[in-house]
Amino acid sequence: MSAKTANRVATIVIISVAVFIVALLAGLLGFILVRGIGHISFDFLTSAPQTIKAGGGIGPQLFNSLFLLVLTLIITVPLGVGAGIYMSEYAKPGRFTDFIRLIVEVLSSFPSIVVGLFGLLVIVNLFGLGFSLFSGALALTVFNLPLMVRITEQAIRGVPREQKEASLALGLSRWKTITSVMMPIALPTIITGTILASGRVFGEAAALLFTAGMTSPRLDFSNWNPLSPTSPLNPFRPAETLAVHIWKINSEGLAPDAAQIAAGASAVLVIVVLLFNFTARWFGRYMYKKLTASK
Amino acid sequence: MQATQELGLSAKDLSVYYGSKQAVRDISLDFEKKQVTALIGPSGCGKSTFLRSLNRMNDLISGARVTGEIWIEEDNILDPKVDVVLLRQKIGMVWQRPNPFHKSIYENIAFGPRYHGIKNKKQLDEIVESSLRKAALWEETKDRLHQSALALSGGQQQRLCIARSIAVKPQIILMDEPASALDPVSTAKIEELITELKQDYCIIIVTHNMQQAARVSDKTAFFYMGDLIEHDHTQKLFTNPSQQQTDDYISGRFG
Repeated sequence: MSAKTANRVATIVIISVAVFIVALLAGLLGFILVRGIGHISFDFLTSAPQTIKAGGGIGPQLFNSLFLLVLTLIITVPLGVGAGIYMSEYAKPGRFTDFIRLIVEVLSSFPSIVVGLFGLLVIVNLFGLGFSLFSGALALTVFNLPLMVRITEQAIRGVPREQKEASLALGLSRWKTITSVMMPIALPTIITGTILASGRVFGEAAALLFTAGMTSPRLDFSNWNPLSPTSPLNPFRPAETLAVHIWKINSEGLAPDAAQIAAGASAVLVIVVLLFNFTARWFGRYMYKKLTASK
Repeated sequence: MQATQELGLSAKDLSVYYGSKQAVRDISLDFEKKQVTALIGPSGCGKSTFLRSLNRMNDLISGARVTGEIWIEEDNILDPKVDVVLLRQKIGMVWQRPNPFHKSIYENIAFGPRYHGIKNKKQLDEIVESSLRKAALWEETKDRLHQSALALSGGQQQRLCIARSIAVKPQIILMDEPASALDPVSTAKIEELITELKQDYCIIIVTHNMQQAARVSDKTAFFYMGDLIEHDHTQKLFTNPSQQQTDDYISGRFG
């Protein structure tokens, strides 16, 4: 085969692979959206689910998913960014650092059902936190924290060395150099990565079955006292998230329109994750411009 | 002849190792105030490594080790007790590729002084203006101080980097091939600037361009394979070198 033919064949193969992947994704998305989008209405998004009657909504589940995400980020962002800064700037290269890095990688690839059961044994029972949003957030931290560490570490490593040197050469401390020179450059990547990682949190079900629970108490959306058991803001109440709800009604739903609800809820889930992604990219660029005064 | 010249910086028996490889071998060199010293030599001769150890930038490279002494006034820079942060304020640095911060032009200059304690807006404005003026950049940027520095041309960015380093009032400015990434017009401007700046600072410049060394420097040091071969007045070194290796290099027989 001549070099020219080989080149042509390789090009065709690569393009077909790309087309295949795009078609697969488009098909999957289209399938979920087409099946579910007809079921989405304001009422569906805001009302509470019904156990045996038709016409139930996903309001509390949608709220739970978002609230759980916020709780998880409150825990993982400071820890993850801190550890990422340590790994990229302070940790001395060597066996110990490599070991930490390995542990972080292993942590992020844990099967989620194992994390769910671990959460049940340790967080729910041993720590006595019960089925609650907070337990769920801690379980999700197990996945999310390693991602945050890696995202931050890579974002900071991606900052050109001359930028760091320029700051140090002006007589700035290492900490000031990290916070004022390196972080602004790394931040868009960190933000984008964080929001992308959130997508996974949003779609996670297995780890939440035994930690955040499979039920929601009757929520009173006019009660904003975080300590009250019926308040949506109470982090220590059980909370079924959207992904868990989809799993539940698909496997044991009794409502006559369970299939449509599952389809509608799946579409909502996909749309929210897509929205997350677009917001992430837009926000990352916006922050970069704001921090660096570039137009 | 130069007995009354004040020393800006003085290196004694300086050696730099990367792991077990010795990149700079027992170099002793004096740099006088208000003079430009050029460090020349073929790639890999240790001149950049030498320059980078003068403000302890090599600390950042894992595996790098520096021995010997470097004196600024009463302080030995390599003394582990020396506060490296304070030290670096005394020594400005300009890199081969312009590396302005990803900030506005104003912030690029004000950033250092503000950190070192100048909070007064008016004072900062003055520093920004005078630094830009010294770097011959004021006229071009005075109407767009709050725009991103990244929008400037390469030559302007490099002058901004010089302005940034003089804003913290250093005594010494290290330049690592400051014009090698620039076009001839910008290069001429940078060279002109170096000649201006030497009235106030001790300047040490690494360059691959021997014409440039001849144009801007008062003294020249020739490095080869980690050794200092010859250090003399620029004119003498280029017209009548005392070492055969120097002669071979400047006449283009190798390197």
